[in-house]
Amino acid sequence: MIEVIDLRKSFGEIEVLKGIAITIKAGEKVAIIGPSGSGKSTFLRCLNCMEDPTGGAVIFDGVNISDMSVDINVHRRRMGMVFQQFNLFNNKTVIGNIMLAPVHIGLSELRRKKIKNIFITIGNLFRRNKKPLYQINSTPAKIRQEARENALRLLRRIGLEDKADAYPSTLSGGQKQRIAIIRALAMNPKVMLFDEPTSALDPEMVGEVLDLIRQLADEGMTMVIVTHEMGFAREVATRVLFMDDGKIVEENTPNEIFANPKNPRTKEFLSKVL
Amino acid sequence: MDGFARKVERFWEIFYQHDGYKKVVTGLQNTVYIAVVGLALGILIGTLIAVIKVLPKYSKLTKALNGFCDFYVGLFRGTPIVVQLLVAYYVVLPLLGLNLPALSVCVIVFGLNSGAYVSEIMRGGIMSVDIGQMEAGRALGLSYRVTMMKIVVPQAVKNILPTLGNEFIALIKETSVVSFVGASDLYTAFNYIGSNSYEFMVPYLVMALIYIVLVMLIALMVKVMERNLRKSDRSN
Repeated sequence: MIEVIDLRKSFGEIEVLKGIAITIKAGEKVAIIGPSGSGKSTFLRCLNCMEDPTGGAVIFDGVNISDMSVDINVHRRRMGMVFQQFNLFNNKTVIGNIMLAPVHIGLSELRRKKIKNIFITIGNLFRRNKKPLYQINSTPAKIRQEARENALRLLRRIGLEDKADAYPSTLSGGQKQRIAIIRALAMNPKVMLFDEPTSALDPEMVGEVLDLIRQLADEGMTMVIVTHEMGFAREVATRVLFMDDGKIVEENTPNEIFANPKNPRTKEFLSKVL
Repeated sequence: MDGFARKVERFWEIFYQHDGYKKVVTGLQNTVYIAVVGLALGILIGTLIAVIKVLPKYSKLTKALNGFCDFYVGLFRGTPIVVQLLVAYYVVLPLLGLNLPALSVCVIVFGLNSGAYVSEIMRGGIMSVDIGQMEAGRALGLSYRVTMMKIVVPQAVKNILPTLGNEFIALIKETSVVSFVGASDLYTAFNYIGSNSYEFMVPYLVMALIYIVLVMLIALMVKVMERNLRKSDRSN
């Protein structure tokens, strides 16, 4: 599903990613662990081109999304991303946060179809073989209604239905992060990218967020998780990557890598954190 | 004291019986009109410039636009508004062969002028919004423009509202120079009353009072707006 070919990223003189190659298949849950500054987050952010790679390529569903001529926005809609700092939109209510992107994209697609239809209609006046019009079986009200129902369904799932009209500043960290996760889910992504989803949380709230991620994993969602929660990585991941100094130093199944690390740097890191 | 009462009487005579109040109403209308439309124009131009200035500078186009914006801001902040009015009315218009009423010229010049100031205010506001807000929008597949318009700018506006209110107040007061190009405002109205009654003390006193009341009204308006916008904060 995602194929990464010799990915490189430099910030000025500093090379943060020094050639990463990996293939992530549908349904896989990949955990990325490693010391700070090893390039884990940068690697994750390169997967949906939040950082533009300076070398190599990221192929998502057969499209090289690191190519500047590709409309990255279209592909990002299929990749959910969850941030360490939640990044809920402060000027929107909870339900506004969840509905914003689906409604905006639905409406702009509807508008594009309507404009195209106008041109086709005008063109058809001069065509012998009439070109068919785009089917329009939706209205702005319907798009909003569907997005709202979907958002409420997702909120019900995490038990925060009553917070639909609250603003993010009134929520706890755990609630914010769970809402950030379902905000990404509202776009029906094929893959979810988690950038240290629990690092900014109070210890007592880590559990509720991890539970939600675990549920997603059980439902078969493909995911890539940068995490410091070793226990969680071990339990949920199907594959663990250990990164150090901009490279993947070791990759293996969680049982293997935690019980029996091969690389000396992996051993050293795990001995410190476990 | 007796003298003052007589002065008030003279003022009232011109104000009430010789249609002075009509001039004052027109003047007040013009003052508010220039300031409001000027500020609206200013916010539009200022936001545009601010967004151009915070744009990532990859391409030649954004660099060129950025240079132009710097020039624009430098030009309008570097000259007094009176000079801008005079140059616009007596230099630019004749050169372009246009014939616009003085009032329209004032609105345009005040808009361009406040655009330069608002752009700096707005840029500060945009930069005060956490970068994560933009990232979250982009990660959901929204374009830079849409995220800017729907997420970042609304939050920026909330942050800069008090400063923007200040700009509006400054604009109201600055409109008192529009008579330089022959537009009528509060000053021309009271000046008319003064010259007809040969007595300037009371007219100018009343003019000062009207300005103060106007500014206080605006301050109140800004406060109410701020309270409404703050509803997304924890504080309520």
